[in-house]
Amino acid sequence: MATLQLKQVVKQFDDTRVIKGVDLDVNDKEFVVFVGPSGCGKSTLLRMIAGLESTSDGDILIDGQRMNEVGPAERGLAMVFQSYALYPHMTVEDNMGFSLKLAGVSRQERRQKVLEAARILQLEPLLDRKPKALSGGQRQRVAIGRAIVRNPSIFLFDEPLSNLDAALRVQMRIELARLHDELDATMIYVTHDQIEAMTMADKIVVLQGGVVEQVGSPMELYHHPRNRFVAGFIGSPKMNFIDVEVIGAGAEGVDVRLPGGGQCTVPVEGGQLQAGEALELGIRPEHLVLDEQGPLAGEIQVIERLGGSTSLYLQMGETSVTVVTDGDVASQVRDTVHFGFVPSRAHLFDRDGLALKSLQRHPLADISRQDNRSAPSAATSH
Amino acid sequence: MTTAKTGQVPLAHDSKTRAAPRRTALSAMGSRRLWLTVLGWGVAILIFFPIFWMIVTSFKTEAEAIADPSLIFSPTVENYVEVQQRADYFKFAMNSVVVAFGSTLLALLLAIPSAYSMAFLPTRRTKGTLLWMLSTKMLPPVGVLVPIYLLFRDTGLLDTRTGLIIVYTLMNLPIVVWMLYTFFKDLPKDILEAGRMDGASTFQEVWHLLLPLTLPGIASTGLLSVILSWNEAFWSLNLTSSQAAPLTAYIASFSSPEGLFWAKLSAASTMAIAPILVFGWLTQKQMVRGLTFGAVK
Repeated sequence: MATLQLKQVVKQFDDTRVIKGVDLDVNDKEFVVFVGPSGCGKSTLLRMIAGLESTSDGDILIDGQRMNEVGPAERGLAMVFQSYALYPHMTVEDNMGFSLKLAGVSRQERRQKVLEAARILQLEPLLDRKPKALSGGQRQRVAIGRAIVRNPSIFLFDEPLSNLDAALRVQMRIELARLHDELDATMIYVTHDQIEAMTMADKIVVLQGGVVEQVGSPMELYHHPRNRFVAGFIGSPKMNFIDVEVIGAGAEGVDVRLPGGGQCTVPVEGGQLQAGEALELGIRPEHLVLDEQGPLAGEIQVIERLGGSTSLYLQMGETSVTVVTDGDVASQVRDTVHFGFVPSRAHLFDRDGLALKSLQRHPLADISRQDNRSAPSAATSH
Repeated sequence: MTTAKTGQVPLAHDSKTRAAPRRTALSAMGSRRLWLTVLGWGVAILIFFPIFWMIVTSFKTEAEAIADPSLIFSPTVENYVEVQQRADYFKFAMNSVVVAFGSTLLALLLAIPSAYSMAFLPTRRTKGTLLWMLSTKMLPPVGVLVPIYLLFRDTGLLDTRTGLIIVYTLMNLPIVVWMLYTFFKDLPKDILEAGRMDGASTFQEVWHLLLPLTLPGIASTGLLSVILSWNEAFWSLNLTSSQAAPLTAYIASFSSPEGLFWAKLSAASTMAIAPILVFGWLTQKQMVRGLTFGAVK
């Protein structure tokens, strides 16, 4: 059992508040990812959980016990640093066994535990080497091994893959996911890379400016972003935002007028909307389709052909729009293309950037990575 | 495949046109190197010459020492014998060793915790404190001679090794703290934090991680402190007389009012600096390594 609760947690450096009252529940065996742009406070929050930063206000509870004044080692957590932070003067074995040595564990037992962790991470042939004789990926694995040996209740990862090259990053991502399954441990992972967040998390916490913008499963964040920031941050390429005007609202959703005069009904709750009110329509590039009859049109500025898909960067009046379409599309720069979308794929954001609630929940919105692993039927069981 | 190695774009006609300027560049580099070598040797000879001359003089007779400078003479060790008869060299040397190493050890013991706290737990006043510590080095020692003398007299520290160790420690502490601070600052904070996560107490953090990882820096700081203490003359001349006098006082005792005996003075000086010269020679690799530690990581 290892759960974590944050209650109105605040971090203040002199006059600056970096964490502004965060509430969060992390369940046992959950893989939680903190994601956000740099400077959003995600690493600070992780360090507060680790005990490396003091907590200015609020409570941090691990397994229901308040930990604010408890030192890092006594919290029963292990952390993997972005720089790996291996001890350069010690061998891999000594690095991994250092915590046990400090705890007074006998040499024999230490070796046994180190070997066990080394086996999981395939580090056995490297145990006698010093960190400088290891590659980036191997160092990363030693850092993880050092964490495993401590047998922590919660693993903390601070952007652990950002120093690796792209190919290795993908490989380590898969390895970490496998490790999570194998160790059955609670993990908290900080990254600025939304692909890492989407692929690894059971639960994503999107942070901005020291505030939690949204907490949810990857698919929930993708299909039901709570606000414009989350909508823009999750998904690549970024969601398009198009200015629209309210015509009316009814049981079917909100009728809006698109630039160029077209109309559509987006299936969201209209509430108190008045005709003529300005809203923003959010639609993901992969949900826009080239269609000669489509209500929107733009001139192609840039084409990026990736083989399997093509990204078209269009200019539509003042607005830039990205369309991800078929790899074999024949359009060329300066062509004007028409495009449309399925209204149920679109989102509407009010003047404050808050999303209007969808009338229908996406069927995959509540599926987590764990559900993906266990049984496909779990998707509908929620 | 020279183009691949040098990273040049292979052009059909470039081999001849490129070769000439490269040769000039190489020869320019060569002559620059030559000049630097000449300059280096020049400076080294300039610095070493007085020491060399002192050693030469110590093997001359008093008459030869004050005669026209010459390298042709029949060497003699009579000065050394006479110097040893007048004062017990080993007593002074032992004082120097104890005081130099004692004060260095004490300075390191005090400086390591303070540099640790300044490097890893800085406050708004840290920079100011460091600058203030260093600024005390700008104070002329003679300015505090009287109060320190009186303090020493009243506490019975006059002419004791302990007293000299205390003064030398205080004298070198600012430099030692400052140097250790810069070495510690180069150590990634993550490593110590990882240690903390692994359950290390502050002492264990310092003992198992900080000290081994900054050992070259600590060693060169210590060596510098030993050398500075060994060479110190002002305090040792004023605060010691017979019991705790180190080698600097030993040299000074040969400048007598009835006139200088250059040859004997040279012999005494040679004996006084010999240990530290050998020590410096043996540890020069460590010194250079420490002083460039971090810069060439």
